Amino acid sequence: MSSVLYDAQGPRAKRRNVLLTIAFLAAFAAVLWWVYSTLKEKGQLEWVLWEPFFTSSEPWSTYIWPGLQNTLKAAGLAVIIAMPLGAVFGIARLSDHAWIRVPAGVVVEFFRAIPVLILMIFGLALFAEYTNVSSDDRPLYAVVTGLVLYNASVLAEIVRAGILSLPKGQSEAAMAVGLRKGQVMRLILLPQAVTAMLPAIVSQLVVIVKDTALGGAVLTYSELLASANTMSGYYGANVLASFTVVAVIFIALNFALTSFASWLERRLRQAKKSTGAVVGVDDLATGNTQTGGGAGT
Amino acid sequence: MFDFLSDYDILGAFWTTVQLALLSAVGSLIWGTLLAAMRVGPVPLMRGFGTAYVNIVRNIPLTVIILFASLGLYQTLGVSLGADRSDTANFRLAVLGLIVYTSAFVCEALRSGINTVPVGQAEAARAIGLSFSQVLRLVVLPQAFRSAVGPLTNVLIALTKNTTVAAAIGVAEAALLMKEMIENEAQLLLISAIFAFGFVCLTLPTGLILGWVGKKVAVKR
Repeated sequence: MSSVLYDAQGPRAKRRNVLLTIAFLAAFAAVLWWVYSTLKEKGQLEWVLWEPFFTSSEPWSTYIWPGLQNTLKAAGLAVIIAMPLGAVFGIARLSDHAWIRVPAGVVVEFFRAIPVLILMIFGLALFAEYTNVSSDDRPLYAVVTGLVLYNASVLAEIVRAGILSLPKGQSEAAMAVGLRKGQVMRLILLPQAVTAMLPAIVSQLVVIVKDTALGGAVLTYSELLASANTMSGYYGANVLASFTVVAVIFIALNFALTSFASWLERRLRQAKKSTGAVVGVDDLATGNTQTGGGAGT
Repeated sequence: MFDFLSDYDILGAFWTTVQLALLSAVGSLIWGTLLAAMRVGPVPLMRGFGTAYVNIVRNIPLTVIILFASLGLYQTLGVSLGADRSDTANFRLAVLGLIVYTSAFVCEALRSGINTVPVGQAEAARAIGLSFSQVLRLVVLPQAFRSAVGPLTNVLIALTKNTTVAAAIGVAEAALLMKEMIENEAQLLLISAIFAFGFVCLTLPTGLILGWVGKKVAVKR
């Protein structure tokens, strides 16, 4: 409640706040009423449309759970492949040799500049034309390819920021006791950087989970969002109900990840044992990093 | 090798992408600023609304929002935002979806900007008797905007890339044309290179120019 922007409130400010609250409530209620009456008018509030989700397990076991499994499968595979790849490129960008540093930088910047959907569409056509992956598996392969190419480059930036966030004395001391460059990275910098960048990595997971939905909408990958579509067809065009259920699942899953990331960040910032270096959730995450664009404080 | 390109309106598709990005950028800047003002304001109800909005919207995939705008709002409820043809309606709904989604990130970027303004600034402003809205409008927001240029640039670049999601509801922008061209022509690598290059041209200069602007306008402390 302690904000610098306003004082503890006197009687006049309190009255004004009450008025503002009432005005806001009125506007909010008006919007809600408009939504409610439109829904009612179009017959979207009929119990028949919502009933399947509450009275039977069929929509859950036939549509939602397999969809969620596919979402988690694509996201999980993407993470497992992208993490080591990102680490390699992140470290390569910090290399002393220009012939390693520059190409790695070009690759990372290139894949970060391109929408993940473009990469997925490219992947789909690539697997169709040059490999013999069966057409049932192709959407999964394409989704994972797109996610890996994009997120490996974002993770590379996170790794780089994690290493750069360590105090300079760490590598200086390591070199002073006679460790070689590889040893400094492997024994001193990386173990500390991994802790420092954990919150940023966890919140990048949210971006990956959200991006799998693209595969369902454009590439016919049968993940959670796509299952909402087929489900609403099966249950008599209950588009609103199906989408609401799916949106709630996405929100719950991602909200858990977001909360975990900020809890982790708070905890690491307070930890006494670490160097105090933490790559924050807001500094690099949310999938829209750009060099030099840290969010400050 | 290149002659099939004249059959397709590549520049037109990228123009739609740019239009989507610019319209949603303006919209989400306005709505995001209002949300940020609510989140730092003295009215608890509005603070709660702002927090809830940001937490909910940030965690839904944009694809769900945009698909819902088309299937739910337009086809089920008949909300067409004043458009009489389905392609204009889908364009406007895509802009609406992008604004709803992006403003949550604009709000957070601005709030991080507000956090960089030293406490003394607001205290001094309050000491000379300015009200909350005056403190925010005259003292805090101008400085917050200047230090938020960096994060806001990231949001704009992400928005530019996110416009491709509009392909899911058939808006004729770059990703949709790319999909169509790849299906019709046997020139996968060339076509992909063209569209990749197009997006590099849109996003990299934005980052460089606004990065320079951000350094230029930043409040030196």
